[in-house]
Amino acid sequence: MAAIFQGVGAAATLSSSPSNSFVPKKFLTSPRRSFSVRKVPSYVVVRSDGSVNFDLNSKSRRAQQLVANAVATKADSSAASSSSNPGHELLLFEALREGLEEEMERDPRVCVMGEDVGHYGGSYKVTKDLAKKFGDLRVLDTPIAENSFTGMGIGAAMTGLRPVVEGMNMGFLLLAFNQISNNCGMLHYTSGGQFTIPIVIRGPGGVGRQLGAEHSQRLESYFQSIPGIQMVACSTPYNAKGLMKAAIRSENPVILFEHVLLYNLKERIPDEDYICNLEEAEMVRPGEHVTILTYSRMRYHVMQAAKTLVNKGYDPEVIDIRSLKPFDLYTIGNSVKKTHRVLIVEECMRTGGIGASLTAAITENFNDYLDAPIMCLSSQDVPTPYAGTLEEWTVVQPAQIVTAVEQLCR
Amino acid sequence: MALSHLASSSPSRSANLLKPLSSVISLRRPISTDTTPITVETSVPFTAHQCEAPSRTVQTNAKELATFFRDMVVMRRMEIAADSLYKAKLIRGFCHLYDGQEAVAVGMEAALTKKDCIITSYRDHCTFVARGGTLLEVFAELMGRQAGCSKGKGGSMHFYKKDSNFYGGHGIVGAQVPLGCGLAFAQKYCKDEAVTFALYGDGAANQGQLFEALNISALWDLPAILVCENNHYGMGTAEWRAAKSPAYYKRGDYAPGLKVDGMDALAVKQACAFAKEHALKNGPIILEMDTYRYHGHSMSDPGSTYRTRDEITGVRQERDPIERIRKLILSHDLSTDKELKDIEKEVRKEVDDAIAQAKENPVPEPSELFSDVYAKGLGVESFGADRKEKNSHGRHLDNTRDDPSGEVIIGLCFHNPLPA
Repeated sequence: MAAIFQGVGAAATLSSSPSNSFVPKKFLTSPRRSFSVRKVPSYVVVRSDGSVNFDLNSKSRRAQQLVANAVATKADSSAASSSSNPGHELLLFEALREGLEEEMERDPRVCVMGEDVGHYGGSYKVTKDLAKKFGDLRVLDTPIAENSFTGMGIGAAMTGLRPVVEGMNMGFLLLAFNQISNNCGMLHYTSGGQFTIPIVIRGPGGVGRQLGAEHSQRLESYFQSIPGIQMVACSTPYNAKGLMKAAIRSENPVILFEHVLLYNLKERIPDEDYICNLEEAEMVRPGEHVTILTYSRMRYHVMQAAKTLVNKGYDPEVIDIRSLKPFDLYTIGNSVKKTHRVLIVEECMRTGGIGASLTAAITENFNDYLDAPIMCLSSQDVPTPYAGTLEEWTVVQPAQIVTAVEQLCR
Repeated sequence: MALSHLASSSPSRSANLLKPLSSVISLRRPISTDTTPITVETSVPFTAHQCEAPSRTVQTNAKELATFFRDMVVMRRMEIAADSLYKAKLIRGFCHLYDGQEAVAVGMEAALTKKDCIITSYRDHCTFVARGGTLLEVFAELMGRQAGCSKGKGGSMHFYKKDSNFYGGHGIVGAQVPLGCGLAFAQKYCKDEAVTFALYGDGAANQGQLFEALNISALWDLPAILVCENNHYGMGTAEWRAAKSPAYYKRGDYAPGLKVDGMDALAVKQACAFAKEHALKNGPIILEMDTYRYHGHSMSDPGSTYRTRDEITGVRQERDPIERIRKLILSHDLSTDKELKDIEKEVRKEVDDAIAQAKENPVPEPSELFSDVYAKGLGVESFGADRKEKNSHGRHLDNTRDDPSGEVIIGLCFHNPLPA
C-alpha cells in the first residue's frame, strides 16, 4: 500500500484517501453531502454487522448510502470530487484565512486582534486583505502588549463579541498567561455561568527552521491544565479551515494551535461550508497492529514512518488527535481496543506534555486492552538549539518512530 | 403639621423660621421624593491633569441625598456584618471589605446608567450592591450557598451581575483593567453610546498591563474610564513606598486625569458624570478617588501595623462619607436625626434578615462542581479525560454504554451554528 496522507490533491502533493484501500465492499462512497449552515444534528450509524444506517433525528433509521469515512474529513473527496463538486486547492494559511473570512462575513460580531494583522496582513498572511475588506474596527492592529490585548479580547468576549486573538508566535502568549488562565478559562465558572467567553486564541507554535529557543515553543503543555478552555491543533488545510470555523462558532474559549512549518501545505478542500468537530480526533490511516497517536507537524513524520513500516509489513493505525483538550477518548479507545498497542508521537517536551497526559488517560481508561506499555516519543527536554543538526535531534524523526513501532510490536 | 413640628422643636430650629418659605414647606414633604434641586459645594476642588476640571458646585436633591444615605448605610452595615460572619467562620478564604469607601460606589452609580459597564477588583461587595445586587445574593455568595450571585462558586472576589453590566469581581491585581478596556472596545464596536468604568487600587496602579491597556484605549479612542480608588495602602505598603509618583491621576501622561475627594459622594458623582461625557467624545480618562478603608486589606490584616489607629479614627471623624451626607441632610433640614437613625435601624434589620435567609440557604449540589466549566456550543458535549460528561452519542467516557444493542456508533454532529 502506498503511503497515505489524509488529503486529496494533485498527484504531486498528497495522495488520495485511505477509503479506497481499506473500506470493505459493503461501504459505498457517496457524493459529498453539502452542508448548509442550518443542518440539524445527524448521526451516521455503522452497525457491527457492517451495514450502515444514516440516522436523522434519531427517530427514523433508513439504510442509505453515506460517507464511509465517519470522521469529518474530505477523505473520499477524490471519489466525491469527480462526481459532485471539484473543490478548490489552497495552502493551509489560505484555508485559515478563508475560514476566518467566512465567519466574519457570517457574523458581524467576529473581529480579529493581533500584532500586524491589519495593514501588514499578518506575519504569516493568515489575515491578508481582511483589514481592507472589513475595516480597522474589525481587524485591529495592536501594539506589542499581549497581556493587555488578550485581556481586552476576553473583556470584549464577555459582552458577546467574538474576537479572534492572534499571537504572532504562540510563545508570546506566555505574557498573557494570567489572562488566559484566570479570565478566559475561569470566568464562565466563577460567574456561575453568567458570562461565556467565545474567544479564539490562535497562533503558530512548534519547532520551526532554526528560529531559536524562544520562538520554538510548544505551549499546549502549559495550557492543558487550564479548566474551561478547549485546545485544538490543526494539521491540514481541510481541518485548519474546519477547526477555525468551529472554534469561532463555539461558545467556549478555544486555543487553536497552528504550526510554523505547516502553513504552506497544499490541499484540495470542498467548496461548501463545513466545520470540523472540535472534540473529535481524525482517523488518518486505519490499521491493525498499532495505534499511533499524534498531532500537528508530527503527523507528517508519522506518515513518513508509516511508509517504511508498511514496507516492512506493519499495519499502523494513525490517528491525528486534533483535540488536545479534551482528548477524544472515544476514537482513541476504539482504536486501542482493536490494536492493543499505543505509540504517542508528539512535538511537546517529554515532561508534562500532551503525551504525558494522554498516556495517563489511556492507562486509566483502557489498561485492560493494552498488550504492551504505552510508548511516548516526545521532544527532548531542552531549549531548542539554533544549530540545524541539534535542532533536528530535539524533535522526533521518522526513523525513531519506525524503531519504536518495531519495538512495540515485538 | 410643619408649624406644630416647628413649635415643639428645639431652640436650634427656631432659625428655620427665618428661612425662606420654600425650605419650610419642604419639611412637610417626605424626604425621599423631593426633587427640588439643592446646590452643594464639594469638600475640595478637583485637581485636573490635561483637562478642565469640572465645577465644584454640584446639583443634588433630597431624594438623591436620601438614596445616598440609605445605600451607604446598607453597604456599611453589610461590610461590618461580613466581618462578624468571617470571624464566626461562616465566610472563609478571602474577604476584602470596602467600608470607608462607600461614597465611590454610590456616587459613581448616580452618574451612570445600567448600560454603562463597571468592572472592579476583589473589593467588590459594595459595587455589586450599587449595581443592583441584593443582600441575599451577597451573603449567600460569601457563605458559598446556592443563592449566591455566582451560585456559590465564585466567592468574595467573584461577584458578577451581567444584567446590570457589572463585570466583577477579579482576584488578580490589575487584570481587570485590560478586561475593562475590552468592554469599552465592545461598546464602541456595537455603538452603544455607553462607557466602561474600570476600577483598580493604588497598588494595582503600578501594573504594566494598565499602561498597555491605556495606550491601546487611547489609540483606538475607546470610552474607557480608569478609576484609581486610592486608599493609600496596597495591602501593607503605603503608596509613597510603592509608587515613585503617587499622583495617579497624572500617570496617564497623554490621557487626561482628575483627582477627586473619594469620601464625598457628590464630588464622585460630579467627576463620574464629567468623565462619562469626556470619554464618549475624547477617549480614555483617569479618575483618582482619594478614599480610605477602615478595615485592613483583608480579614487577615488588622490594618494597624502599617498605619496608626489615630489616622484611622481621624479619617472616620473628619471624612466619613456617611457622616458627610448625614450632615448635609440635617443642615438642609431634609430630615431629622431620629428619622435617619430609624433608617439605620431598618437597614440593620434588613441586613440581619438577609443573613438569616442566607444561612438557611443550601450549599450547591455536588453536580455543580462540573457545571459551567464549558458552555454547550455547537451541540456537541464535551467528552474526554474528565470522564464526567457523556459524549454526544450518549456514551460514558470510559466507553461503557447504556444500551447493549450492539451498535458501534460513529457519529458526526453538524449542528445549527447560529445562536438562537
